Amino acid sequence: MITLLDVLLLLFLIFCAVAVARIRDLLSAVIIFASYSLVMAIIWQMLGSPDVAITEAALGAGVTTFLFIAAISRTRREE
Amino acid sequence: MEDLVARSVCRLIVPFIQLYGAYLVFYGHLSPGGGFAGGAVVAASIVLYALSFGRETAEKRIAPGISHLLESGGGLWYLLVGLVGIMLGGSFLTNKAAGFYLGIPGHLFSSGMIFLLALGLGLKVASTMVTLFYNLSTEVNDEHGNGT
Repeated sequence: MITLLDVLLLLFLIFCAVAVARIRDLLSAVIIFASYSLVMAIIWQMLGSPDVAITEAALGAGVTTFLFIAAISRTRREE
Repeated sequence: MEDLVARSVCRLIVPFIQLYGAYLVFYGHLSPGGGFAGGAVVAASIVLYALSFGRETAEKRIAPGISHLLESGGGLWYLLVGLVGIMLGGSFLTNKAAGFYLGIPGHLFSSGMIFLLALGLGLKVASTMVTLFYNLSTEVNDEHGNGT
């Protein structure tokens, strides 16, 4: 059973994935990747796996974003 | 780094994040969660504290030496708890064959030593991420000569 919310979230996910690959500014790519992880956590929860959703929200949207930004601050921001 | 809004929100929200992380660690085998996810949540709260209050204040709370010590101690603790199974006549990391129970949902102490294993795992994951944060921010400070 696919509801309208599922379709919207999956479309946002595809849009985010394409945007991360296409964008030139690396800091913007990291922020978009964090929003990708947040929507992915909601989708994991809707698919019935709250365990993976908690890990995705804590790691994907939190710690990974910080590590990427720390890596960018030590290198160049443009691709 | 003198942002009043960030500091007030951080001071308000960090205890709840840490309580939720501890709940995830201890009840990970009975409900969704686990040592890895709970440790990541606790580490995220410490990183949030260090980002809003500055690195020096965070180092007064959790020194990098203590963080290194917890990282090694979490692994050793896991090993020691695993050896308890051998002491009681089972194999390594055994739980039920050594006489413990498998757990009832909602009762923490009904599951033998699994929550002790999760405690070691959560400590190791949290202190690993805090150590990563300290190391990365130190290198940034050394290169540019100014604080983050």
